Amino acid sequence: MSETAIRPKLVASSAGDRLRKAAPLLLAPVMALAGLIAIADPATWLTLTVAGLAMGLMIFIMASGLTVVFGLMDVINFGHGAFVSVGAFVGFTVLAWLTGWTENPAVMMNLAAVFLAILASMAVTGVLGLAFERVIVAPVYGHHLKQILVTMGGLIVAQQLIHVVWGPDAIHVARPQTLRGSVIVFDAVIEKYRLFAVAIGLVLFLGMRHVLKSTKVGLLVRAGVENGEMVEALGYRIRRLFLVVFMVGSALAGLGGVMWGLYNETITAHMGSELMVLVFIVVIIGGLGSIEGCFIGALLVGLLSNYMTFLAPKVALVSTIALMVGVLMWRPEGLYPVVKAK
Amino acid sequence: MADPLLTLSGVHTHIGPYHILQGVDLVVPRGGVSVLLGRNGAGKSTTLRTIMGLLKPSAGEIRFDGNSIGGTPTPAISRAGIAYVPENMGIFSDLTVGENMQLAATQGPFDPTRLSWIKELFPPIATFWDKAAGTLSGGQKQMLAVARAIIEPRRLILIDEPSKGLAPAIISAMTRALGELKETDTTILLVEQNFAMASALGDTVSVMDDGRVVHAGAMAELAGDAGMQERLMGLSLEVHQ
Amino acid sequence: MIDRLLSGDRPNSRPLALVLIAIALALAFAPFLFPGTKSLDTAARICIFIVLVASYDLLLGYTGIVSFAHTMFFGIGAYGVALSLSALGASFTAIVVGVLGGTAVAAALALAIGLFSLRVKAIFFAMVTLAVASAFAVLVSQLSTITGGEDGLTYRIPRVLTPAYKLLDMRILDVRIDGRLLAYYLVFVSALVLFLGLLRVVNSPFGRTLKAVRDNAFRAEAIGYRVIWYRTAATVLSASVAALAGALLAIWIRYTGPATTLSMEIMIDILLMVVIGGMGTMYGAVIGATLFILAQTYLQSLMGAAEHATAMLPLIPDLVAPERWLMWLGVLFIVSVYFFPDGVVGRLRSRG
Repeated sequence: MSETAIRPKLVASSAGDRLRKAAPLLLAPVMALAGLIAIADPATWLTLTVAGLAMGLMIFIMASGLTVVFGLMDVINFGHGAFVSVGAFVGFTVLAWLTGWTENPAVMMNLAAVFLAILASMAVTGVLGLAFERVIVAPVYGHHLKQILVTMGGLIVAQQLIHVVWGPDAIHVARPQTLRGSVIVFDAVIEKYRLFAVAIGLVLFLGMRHVLKSTKVGLLVRAGVENGEMVEALGYRIRRLFLVVFMVGSALAGLGGVMWGLYNETITAHMGSELMVLVFIVVIIGGLGSIEGCFIGALLVGLLSNYMTFLAPKVALVSTIALMVGVLMWRPEGLYPVVKAK
Repeated sequence: MADPLLTLSGVHTHIGPYHILQGVDLVVPRGGVSVLLGRNGAGKSTTLRTIMGLLKPSAGEIRFDGNSIGGTPTPAISRAGIAYVPENMGIFSDLTVGENMQLAATQGPFDPTRLSWIKELFPPIATFWDKAAGTLSGGQKQMLAVARAIIEPRRLILIDEPSKGLAPAIISAMTRALGELKETDTTILLVEQNFAMASALGDTVSVMDDGRVVHAGAMAELAGDAGMQERLMGLSLEVHQ
Repeated sequence: MIDRLLSGDRPNSRPLALVLIAIALALAFAPFLFPGTKSLDTAARICIFIVLVASYDLLLGYTGIVSFAHTMFFGIGAYGVALSLSALGASFTAIVVGVLGGTAVAAALALAIGLFSLRVKAIFFAMVTLAVASAFAVLVSQLSTITGGEDGLTYRIPRVLTPAYKLLDMRILDVRIDGRLLAYYLVFVSALVLFLGLLRVVNSPFGRTLKAVRDNAFRAEAIGYRVIWYRTAATVLSASVAALAGALLAIWIRYTGPATTLSMEIMIDILLMVVIGGMGTMYGAVIGATLFILAQTYLQSLMGAAEHATAMLPLIPDLVAPERWLMWLGVLFIVSVYFFPDGVVGRLRSRG
């Protein structure tokens, strides 16, 4: 075999190329720094930053499923918010049953109650996701317009069913004892629950990363996002993989719903569809189908929203739109456009 | 010759409103390399995609080893023992070379002897095992694509234009590698426009035009008859020679 | 003559033609056929929503783009008139200023959103419009010093258009000929003109190109059409007409607030009307809007009756209660998208 022909060579990526790849990673720290300069008071900044990270990570949890579902099967689910709402209500119901545990000062009891609530809502939203995929999404594969319409219809029905089961009014959700109140860190008042949310969010992100990088299912998902046809040609049933991803994504949305409910202490049937606005912004910023992009986008949106709520409360939501516009001007397909084999 | 490994009889395939395959009759005998020739747009890639189940035939029959596989889902066809190397190579560029190989090994862990044989056949596989497949050069990607197809024993390998876009030196290396693969008991159905490569490897040849097979016979016969080449494929060969 | 008014786009089905004629006549003579404030109000709303839904169908049905910002443009038109009437007083000048201003803002915003988000993927557009429309709704309710916030704006319209103005000191068919009647005919005629205008657009070469783009954007681009230009132009046109419909609403109900113009619920109503009537046919807008608004106005009381009738049964009263109206619409919506993607018009046409 001629050495010249197959001599291993790796095209060295130029410094500029590497910087372009890494640039999005710097955005969140840059945003935090800009926030510090604008807010000027470090204690306030720390409070807002923790709040922003908590919010960002919760949004990430809700958005991750949506973006992977899109990447894998080109399915856009406008009804994703339904799982957030249902998750929140199921979580609330479980916590209400476990009042004995949540009103108990014992930390373990409190945490156990929250985890049971999370497990229950993930189970319910996972199964709901299965039904949603089979009944609502499956008949309209490959047809974006119909997908949008039909999943929107599914969202309406789901919201109305919440009204039937739990009534039309907003419901107050009490946090368990341990997660109430705040701690003082460097003069900054930080709500305990926000720290809890950041911890859960980080654990989930790292877990998700591990699954995607180091397990066969994760490899298949990443391979499927790039070239589903080839995954099938290798002998894997991508429909089944997709169903699993759809269920997991729904369950994560449900988990996000519980956490958001505890964060806001109020839940409504519409909370999911309201949050979808932020979720969509995050997914677009990150690049449809990209989990890393989704993570960075979520942190950016979380931080920016909280800083702006402090600096100029009336335009907080508009500022996230401006962020989206800015990112798309820079990279029209989002921070990490997903490479699609065609 | 025993009964053929793969037969297509009267296969029609539509893509959207376009009628691409218009009654393909194709026979792939067991063992050796069958080459599918024809000009651009003759329907060669569509034939491979139809065999693989990526396109559903609208009429006709496809038999693989005696069983009808027309309309069977792609994963089942794959598990029946057909591997596919598409024209775009189908590399998962976000995954490492090793991970690409790992996904191709559907039966479980790698067979060490087979893996080292492949690494010998395609040295870059070993060198770049832990590198992202997207960073490989075109020729290296093509090697990875073929390596994936043979990491486990397959009965039939469909390869779509492995020479496309590659430098001549790499093409000859690829030809040698496929030649070695031919010595194993794998059957290869090769779509190729590069006649040098096709005639070096092929045992039998079918020529397609306008969605039909217009000639089938031994490769040696076609390779030795310039007039027949001219008649069957016209200008397309000169361009590629 | 009629053919020219309809731009050669005939209903192509006898039952459809009959239904359309019935609706047109009923709306034209609504004040005399169905006396009473509530019926007149219903008729005016039907007129306004026909225009709104038809303009949405220009996007959804003819161009194949899903937008969630249609109520935003509708709202911009309404707020344009509302702000102008509040600031300049109850005059026709104020109305003209408001209409022009609102439409211009809507068109400019649509142009920006279109150029910005249509160049990548059509699916971006749905998500971006949803985000922008929600942000806009929040912004409007936040800027309460200008917009009246959640409470909205109440204002006076020119006296000629109010019930206090007597045009003739007599009754025709027992109907008072007053300013309210004039206002109704202002709405009716404007809606008719706008609708016929849209019909002309979709039957023009431009409209046919839109359909070509919808059916195969790739091919249209290959033939040499600038797909993004056509999509953006349709977006701008559709937004402008929606703004005009909003202006009509603002004049008719003399109140503009988030709930009547910007809310997501109205967006969903519009989607339902388009799908039920039939996507990709302007006549679908007429039928969809008429059916929907009639049902919204009158069917809910029927559901209330059903709730009482089933009060003894478990769960069922909850499901048929008037508040569940939206749920059944959602179900109807999904079912229509699956089984009757051509809507009522498609059904009627397929029967000849």
